[in-house]
Amino acid sequence: MSFVLTEDQEMLRETAMAFARDELSVNHLRALRDAGANGKDAKTRQKLAELGFFGVIIPDEPGAETFGLTGLGQILEAQGRTLAATPLLQTALIAASAFQLGGSPAQQAEWLPKIAAGEVTFALALDESAHFSPYSVSTEAERNGQGYTINGMKKYVPDAHHADMLIVVARTFGSSGDRHGLSLFLVPANAKGVTISELKTVDSHGAAHVTFDDVMVVESALIGPADQGADILDPVLDRAAIGLAAEMLGSAQAAFDMTLEYLNNRKQFGQLIGSFQSLQHRAAKMFVELEMTRSCVAAALSAADDGKTDLAELASLAKAKAGELVHLVSNECVQMHGGIGMTDAAEPGFYMKRARVQEALYGSASWHRDRYARLAGF
Amino acid sequence: MAYDNAEQLEEFRLETRKWLEANCPPSMRTPMVDDEVVWGGRNATFKNPDSKLWLDRMAEKGWTAPEWPKEYGGGGLSRAEARVLEQEMRRIKARAPLFSFGLWMFGPALLEFGNHEQKLRFIPDIVKGKIRWCQGYSEPGAGSDLAGLQTRCEDKGDHYLINGQKVWTSYADKADWIFCLVRTDTSTKHEGISFILFDMKSPGVEARPIQLISGESPFCETFFTDVKVPKDQLVGRLNGGWEIAKRLLQFERSSISSSGFGGTGSLSPEEYAKQLIGTDESGRLLDGDLRGRLADHRMYAKAFALTVQRQTEQAKAGQAVGHTASILKYGAAKMNQDRHELLIEALGTEGLGWAGEGFDKGALRVTRQWLRSKGNSIEGGTSEINLNVIAKRVLGLKDHQ
Repeated sequence: MSFVLTEDQEMLRETAMAFARDELSVNHLRALRDAGANGKDAKTRQKLAELGFFGVIIPDEPGAETFGLTGLGQILEAQGRTLAATPLLQTALIAASAFQLGGSPAQQAEWLPKIAAGEVTFALALDESAHFSPYSVSTEAERNGQGYTINGMKKYVPDAHHADMLIVVARTFGSSGDRHGLSLFLVPANAKGVTISELKTVDSHGAAHVTFDDVMVVESALIGPADQGADILDPVLDRAAIGLAAEMLGSAQAAFDMTLEYLNNRKQFGQLIGSFQSLQHRAAKMFVELEMTRSCVAAALSAADDGKTDLAELASLAKAKAGELVHLVSNECVQMHGGIGMTDAAEPGFYMKRARVQEALYGSASWHRDRYARLAGF
Repeated sequence: MAYDNAEQLEEFRLETRKWLEANCPPSMRTPMVDDEVVWGGRNATFKNPDSKLWLDRMAEKGWTAPEWPKEYGGGGLSRAEARVLEQEMRRIKARAPLFSFGLWMFGPALLEFGNHEQKLRFIPDIVKGKIRWCQGYSEPGAGSDLAGLQTRCEDKGDHYLINGQKVWTSYADKADWIFCLVRTDTSTKHEGISFILFDMKSPGVEARPIQLISGESPFCETFFTDVKVPKDQLVGRLNGGWEIAKRLLQFERSSISSSGFGGTGSLSPEEYAKQLIGTDESGRLLDGDLRGRLADHRMYAKAFALTVQRQTEQAKAGQAVGHTASILKYGAAKMNQDRHELLIEALGTEGLGWAGEGFDKGALRVTRQWLRSKGNSIEGGTSEINLNVIAKRVLGLKDHQ
């Protein structure tokens, strides 16, 4: 495990930080929101492709070095700082990982180069209820002559309102709650029978409910073996949780920095409010939590790159700590900004809204605490 | 001896391994027991004779203080070699040969601020465990506001004369010498403090143990009445003691937090909870609320350990890590106190014994450690003071104007 970035990763981090700062500010998100874009941002997608950010974990040729998940984590942290809505988590991380971990050689050859070039975007259609519960899948994929017929409904699927392709988790055996019997299918978003109902979400990133009504897919749409999709899904979800935790770390850090600046400028009673001890101690405690979470995220990213066996444990640690952190910091950011923090003109509200979405996706802090305890045997 | 490449370092590892194999007595490769800890000093006790042998052999090589300069009796090892020694000791589960405030706090400060004669005079005896030091910092009126200390030190021409009182002096009743903060100028606060050393056997020194809520007495009230101190025992410049005091506090906070307040050797709170509360058929603890809090604590402990590791690695790579001692001290205190509260909660009435029959021995120890842990957020800088340090020195928040 390494807590120190390589020179290449360090350069990537700097590029990503500068790009987020210069081109993807919170004002950019605000403008998209006000224009009704709901997280759809073709120009940014184009720029991300030009920067090569879609291909960070995809080797140029088999066996070549990549920046690794640690590298992608730096980009996600950077976009978290400014709350940017990008397809990177769903496409560059989740879809790329699904193909790398479970795709056939033909699927890898077809899709990984397209992902790396930014030519195609994906969305993972998994949740069916309001709470993350990856095996609670009722969407059915029934065998037919040439392939499968999919029927069911997916809720609050991030990026589904603008993705080209869906990775659909469906049940080919057993019943909701069973780990065995899940399968992963590749379905074009515009396939016959797929209905994408766009959602206006609190964070202005958007999402969609997706229904599948007799959607026919061919045999080769299956990623990995039938019924054993959870063997691919589990590590993909661990990586997704870690990537999202990196993004959350960035959001928390930015909200914290903004708060600190306000404490050092705003005066009441003739004093900087940051000179009041009650606020100083709360700021100091947040900083301790930030430092601890940063360690957890770095350890989890590094464990994913090293293929460590305790990945699940570290993924839960990182996502739970990041969830608690961004919750605390976003709330304190609003509170310490006082009335300003309640206005739409200021940024704290954006951070708080996005924080709740980040917290809920891929397992809340409480879900991951439960899993952490289970993994530890109690 | 400089080992500047991996091959030479590997050679050092093999030599070290061989030496430890030959010199570390078997009983020193078992987990430490409370009453076999060696603190050294003139009246050192060795309940297990092997521990004396082990100390003498390690001290002979200077390996009780591996990175201190050879000319003062230290090991003279590079950082990399010291790490190898540490790893090799851990590999055979070797005990630390010596526990000592001299090693952890005073020695590093003296090496930085003392003159050559002082280092020659005091450092070798710290390395060998011949002199046991105590820390004269807190006073009845100067706890968190340490710089408010009042113990007077007057210049009497050929010597200094000290009058006053210290409190919370760890093991003052067992120590041979004291490193002490005294007031040499009453007209200013921080700039009127000096750092001075003297023998606890000097006429006019009295140490009275304080009994704590845990039933133990690791701390003393210490009184000084017309204590005469030779002038060459002042460290640094007159009225320049505060800088040394602060630096020493950093060593203290780091040593406290890197020890995590010491392994307790007891079962984990989860284990006690499983035994005493029970689990369902899938192995989940029956008390769901406690289970969530146990998981939360376990995560905090893991995050803390990763943070220590990250800061060590970043420091090694030459990256700035900021004012970390206060962050770690704050976190370590919270972690250890949470752990002990969870232990007591998991133990239920089993954790509420005081002494004697009818209670598990390990549980009785936990009870005392729980009470002792309440001091973790007070000693070596209270948690509130550490938060002040973080707010002001790390985050740059201002004082009232």
